[in-house]
Amino acid sequence: MNSEKDLDKFRIIVSDWIEKNYPAELRQAPGADGQDPRQSKPYEQAWLRHMAEQGLLAPTWPKEYGGAGFSADQARILAQEQRRAKVRAIPISAGLSLLGPVLLEHGTPEQKQQHLAKIARDEIFWCQGYSEPGSGSDLASLSTRAELVGDEFVVNGQKIWTSHADDADWMFCLVRTDPDASKHEGISFLLIDMKTPGISVSPIRLISGPSAFCQTFFDDVRVPKESLMGHLGQGWTLAKQLLQHERQALGSIGRGDARRALTLPELAAQEMGTDDQGHIANSGIRNQVAQCELDSLALRTTMSRSADEARAGQSGGHIASMLKLYGSELTNRRHELMISMRGTDGIGWEGPGFTPAALRTTRQWLRAKGNSIEGGTNEIQRNVIAKRVLDLPE
Amino acid sequence: MALVLTEEQQLLKNSAREFVAGTLAVDQVRQHRDGTYPGSDTALRYSRDHWQKMAELGWTGIIFPEQYGGLGLGYAELGIVLEELGRSLAAQPFLSTVLLAGNTILRGGSEDQKQSWLPGICTGEKVLALAFQEGGRFSPWQVNTRADTSAKGFQISGEKRFVLDAYGADQLVVLTRTSGSTGDREGLTLFLIDPAEKGVSITDLKVLDSRNAALIEFDGTEVSAEQVIGEVGKAADILDPVFDCAIAGLNAELVGIMSEAFERTLEYLKTRQQFGALIGTFQALKHRAADMFCEREHAISMTMAALRAIDDKSHDANLLISAAKARTSDAANLIGRESIQMFGGIGMTDEEDIGLFMKRARVAEMTLGDSTYHRERFAQLSGF
Repeated sequence: MNSEKDLDKFRIIVSDWIEKNYPAELRQAPGADGQDPRQSKPYEQAWLRHMAEQGLLAPTWPKEYGGAGFSADQARILAQEQRRAKVRAIPISAGLSLLGPVLLEHGTPEQKQQHLAKIARDEIFWCQGYSEPGSGSDLASLSTRAELVGDEFVVNGQKIWTSHADDADWMFCLVRTDPDASKHEGISFLLIDMKTPGISVSPIRLISGPSAFCQTFFDDVRVPKESLMGHLGQGWTLAKQLLQHERQALGSIGRGDARRALTLPELAAQEMGTDDQGHIANSGIRNQVAQCELDSLALRTTMSRSADEARAGQSGGHIASMLKLYGSELTNRRHELMISMRGTDGIGWEGPGFTPAALRTTRQWLRAKGNSIEGGTNEIQRNVIAKRVLDLPE
Repeated sequence: MALVLTEEQQLLKNSAREFVAGTLAVDQVRQHRDGTYPGSDTALRYSRDHWQKMAELGWTGIIFPEQYGGLGLGYAELGIVLEELGRSLAAQPFLSTVLLAGNTILRGGSEDQKQSWLPGICTGEKVLALAFQEGGRFSPWQVNTRADTSAKGFQISGEKRFVLDAYGADQLVVLTRTSGSTGDREGLTLFLIDPAEKGVSITDLKVLDSRNAALIEFDGTEVSAEQVIGEVGKAADILDPVFDCAIAGLNAELVGIMSEAFERTLEYLKTRQQFGALIGTFQALKHRAADMFCEREHAISMTMAALRAIDDKSHDANLLISAAKARTSDAANLIGRESIQMFGGIGMTDEEDIGLFMKRARVAEMTLGDSTYHRERFAQLSGF
């Protein structure tokens, strides 16, 4: 525990550091004034490297694994100060936010040595091999087979929705190691080098256009048995733990993003006009904007409560499912509202005649449809809440 | 302030829960309604004995400074008690006496007025009511009740509606217009008035939640200048924070109401059988229960945040309070509706308690502004 006084001092140090190091080029919102958001890429990269050198991408990890060794309180202050300074959100990296925490807890010393620091420095890129064409919501029915032959697992099968698999260096992957065991107990967790012969990847085009999603095929892929995380048959337990992190990360999308070019009320004022008191002119739209803003505030407040409970040693339980469920529905509502506010400017697909910002709204509206599906559909989240939190009978 | 209970607050919660379990049964709502509560005064509809006991526990004085016999604690603490009372649907004059009339005297009254009334509230001897509303919905400055200057001081005429706990009150705090026209913030004046005064007539209202509420007519009631609370014409400045604090307290009661209704519904889903199965196994009901859970969690978070914002004197307390009232109202409404539906036919009967929760929730939603009112206020305070 840090004393209040220490934390106040810490806050000043952190805020000074951000002030000194955050690139001026990023202080403008992406897409503001019609600027191409890709132009700021190099600055984003530089900022990310800078953060990584200080261990700030994984603030609570031990220093020996590339983290900053911060306490939970210190990490919270870092996040608060970043938000206050309107620092752009770091894209959710599967290595940092999903695999890392589980690897810290369950990895062998060799695995931790090999991977953690590289994850913390954002040097290797991970993808997630969970879903299969025949195993979506019923993930535990997965059939990608890993057979232990000598010192190696031989992997055959197919994964889908493997984000960034075409760029990824490694994949954490659920495989069936015991086809005779019950469906949950026959699953193991493998760390697979994507350069291994026999792996092929093809990208998936979505309703919103090109995407990071891929299909990944395994054809007699040989993986050393040291790549097993946890023990044989423990894969489902680890997978569930990791899904919690994923749901939390997905839920946090709904609380609103400081780097959005325009806030929802600003966009509404721009598109619908304002009355002589400065209020959004269309009262129906204004009411919906108020509902969305109010719901984001409620979601943020519940997230702070959940963090406060965790600090006080009162675990909120399966709060992750709730945040994912609520956050993704809120994101969808926001995008529905945004596209309806833009009118015919918001139905463009590409090219001239539409502003880059309006085109982004359209694509984001389409992409948001996936938020209530990925990471376990919202129907699955409701099942989880009913079972684990409300203790309703099966 | 962190959104968790401190150790002391947890102790307060436990003792409130214990008191409620031992003293206040939901069935008392029916008894007060039907006039069968032992020794009850039929229009009072709450027990002065229980009020007295809670005063002895210190609860009626939670927010009042020690110099007036109070505990000098905060709204987070008061909220804990109100939430537990909400679970039992106990009709007790906290909102009227402590949060509305008492807090008005605390914030606007002279030292004499405070000494006259606050210690009595803390000991449980005094019950007060605030008469402010005149129209069919919360719109605090829509006041037409006139206080015209007279030989004695002022002469009051007009009608107040939905005055909580007016029947049986030892004193009324009355909002009047001394200048300006309806809707103006300026020109409003508060008076302390004895309900037995000439020209005051109180008509008992029978409301959905079977609580004490009244219509009050003032017909040339004479009052002196000493009965004015604060400055003539400046009542709105006193009442702004009073209403905000009362709304924050009402939110806590709503959390208690919805939590109890939700938990009783879950219990029903786990015991009621149809088609040879517990109805809680049906996914159509599970998913709706999960949605109710989410709504309640947000209502809890917002209510806690708003109460703490008052205690922290946070600059955005009013925004949080309105946001919380919108959320608690909507969540209580959802849970009320869904509870009746899930209980099915039995939920429609007066014998089953669940309907009593929906009735009280509906009245609490309409008290001091419904979710539409507070969503609008949230938008205004947010500047869009």
